[in-house]
Amino acid sequence: MTDPQKQDPRKAKLLSIIPGLGQFYNHQVLKGSIFLVLFLAFVAELALAGVRQIVNLITLGSTPMMDNSLFMMIEGTLQILVLVVAIILYAANIYDAGNIAKQANEGKKPSTSLVQMIKNIGDGGFPYLFSIPAYFLMLFIIVFPVLVTLFIAFSNYDFLHVPPAHLLDWVGFKNFTSLFFLSSYRQTFNAVFGWTIIWTVVATTLQLFLGIFTAIVANQDFIKFKRAFGVIFLLPWAVPAFISIMSFSNIFNDSAGAINVQVIPFFNKILPFLHLSLPAWKTDPFWTKIAIIMIQGWLGFPYIYVMVTGILQAIPEDLYEAATLDGASAIQKFNHITAPTIFTVAAPIFITQYTGNFNNFSMIYLFNSGGPGDVGGGAGGTDILISWIYKLTTGQSPQYSIAAAVTLLISVIVIGVSMIVFKKTGAFDLGDD
Amino acid sequence: MARRQKKINEKSAIRNRRVKHFFTYLYMVILAIIIIYPLLITVSSAFKTGNVQSFTLDFSSKWTLINFKRLFTETLYGTWYKNTVIIAFFTMLIQVAVITLAGYVYSRYRFIGRRFSLMFFIIIQMVPTMAALTAFYVMANMLNALDHYWFLTLIYIGGGIPMNTWLMKGYFDSVPYDLDESAKLDGAGNFRVFWQIVLPLVKPMIAVQALWAFMGPFGDYIMSKFLLRSDEHLTVAVGLQQFITNTRDQQVVLFAAGAILIALPISILFFYLQKYFTSGLLSGSTKG
Repeated sequence: MTDPQKQDPRKAKLLSIIPGLGQFYNHQVLKGSIFLVLFLAFVAELALAGVRQIVNLITLGSTPMMDNSLFMMIEGTLQILVLVVAIILYAANIYDAGNIAKQANEGKKPSTSLVQMIKNIGDGGFPYLFSIPAYFLMLFIIVFPVLVTLFIAFSNYDFLHVPPAHLLDWVGFKNFTSLFFLSSYRQTFNAVFGWTIIWTVVATTLQLFLGIFTAIVANQDFIKFKRAFGVIFLLPWAVPAFISIMSFSNIFNDSAGAINVQVIPFFNKILPFLHLSLPAWKTDPFWTKIAIIMIQGWLGFPYIYVMVTGILQAIPEDLYEAATLDGASAIQKFNHITAPTIFTVAAPIFITQYTGNFNNFSMIYLFNSGGPGDVGGGAGGTDILISWIYKLTTGQSPQYSIAAAVTLLISVIVIGVSMIVFKKTGAFDLGDD
Repeated sequence: MARRQKKINEKSAIRNRRVKHFFTYLYMVILAIIIIYPLLITVSSAFKTGNVQSFTLDFSSKWTLINFKRLFTETLYGTWYKNTVIIAFFTMLIQVAVITLAGYVYSRYRFIGRRFSLMFFIIIQMVPTMAALTAFYVMANMLNALDHYWFLTLIYIGGGIPMNTWLMKGYFDSVPYDLDESAKLDGAGNFRVFWQIVLPLVKPMIAVQALWAFMGPFGDYIMSKFLLRSDEHLTVAVGLQQFITNTRDQQVVLFAAGAILIALPISILFFYLQKYFTSGLLSGSTKG
């Protein structure tokens, strides 16, 4: 092993413009070779396919039947991801060369053999090595489809333009302007969006209210059979949601379901003066909306109930005792001790409930397929944005590009709201940096 | 006079307390009934014979196991169940491994891009899955992966990583750093600290994550409906849906029987692990 003379970090970095050379300069032949091979492989990939794929992504092909615009879009997107990974590796290569040179000057010997390198990876490289599988999966399962959606939203991909028979074209913001200004789409969009907001706010607030109220009521000291009640109150969470929703879909059946056949007749019998009529739960949009809001309350409150119970039990008893000594009433104690504690601790959880319901596809689609009725554009009377997207994508005459545009709008809303809340509550502070 | 006043006060206090107790129990009992009633309808329907006219709570007809038998002989339910278990098992195995490693790294190491990368993926993940349908569909076509499990499994694994990594990180944070330090002073390497010191302490959270990862494919409807095509390749959620959308032949009792076979094991696991994940979630939300 050569004794490390003065290593110049700047020289190492400059040499690394061709990856590997900086490492050779640092006497790390193996690491240098790996970087060099990776670099050559990347250049070869670019020459053989990459450049063409990027060009294809821009032109989206020229001859129908020969060029499949959709495949070009997908391949181009993958190529962009490869490019990003390559750039990150390239930056790491330069950083590494400079860093090792600096360390050499400080007297640390660079690892030159395989054994040493593995040991080194065990120290410095450990975090990267352990998280590579996560990055890899997230890149291709999460980032990749989002990028493709972004591209589709700016193309004219719909049932009239299906590759390979037709070529796709870039159309700029046309899909977005159609949503806002084209009368047919605008009407549907406004109707669906309005109901999405009502649904999100009412259903989520109901489940939050039920959860908090139940936790406070069930947490009183004198209650017997606490465990039994606790188990029962958790059941809606424990049973998989899609099963509950499908069961409710049967239970709310207009003519054969338990509500209209059993529950309402029962109330009419014991309280004859009420004269309850039988609502058309599945055929009148108004009653379907009422039904799904109630069901969401049923499904969603246990989670809140458990959280709030945990919080309540963590509030020290002395606080209440001190307040009692000071002559505080039960309501004052709730307003000044219980409520603030619950809301500061659970605010992020509450917000994720709202964003969750904003995109609660299962509830809408599995209960009544977004129906009944029709508000144009293929959307039913109880469709929310997310289930409308599903119908736009999977319907008889798919409108992929409009669906993608709506998806982007939804994402902007959800991400915006979440970011504000996370920032305000500091929920995603990693605690240090 | 004062004594009488005191007596009245006591009496009214007792009466107030009784009223409070009465309404408390009334609320809890009504809520319990509202929760149990629909579940009981489904359970009891599973044991009814033949074509029931209505989906109600009704104990008058004779109880039978015929629906469970029909489920496995006349329908593809057994196959669907097996498919879902296979997909769920691999999703669980790989996802738990990946997020445990990543969660540990995020908890214990300070590295370049740490904050940015996790935030980036959590935010990107908020774009609804629905967005991915077209992309995944075309990709599946190109890779010839339509109707194959490996593709669907990869999607399930990837989708859960950011949020669960963050929860795992929160749980790893609750293991004191002193443990690592002293182990390192004793000469343990990075890998040994992870494998022998820290990992055993987070076993409960790993169990919880495993349960969630396992439950995911059981509850997913969209992806499997979109990416699996042939009847014998479906998962249970899509399969069960067929029983209730088919209004022609009333298969509501079959749906009920099939639903029980899914809900029962999952609920039991849920209650078994419940105390861990409630504490885990809370520590995640308070700590950050």
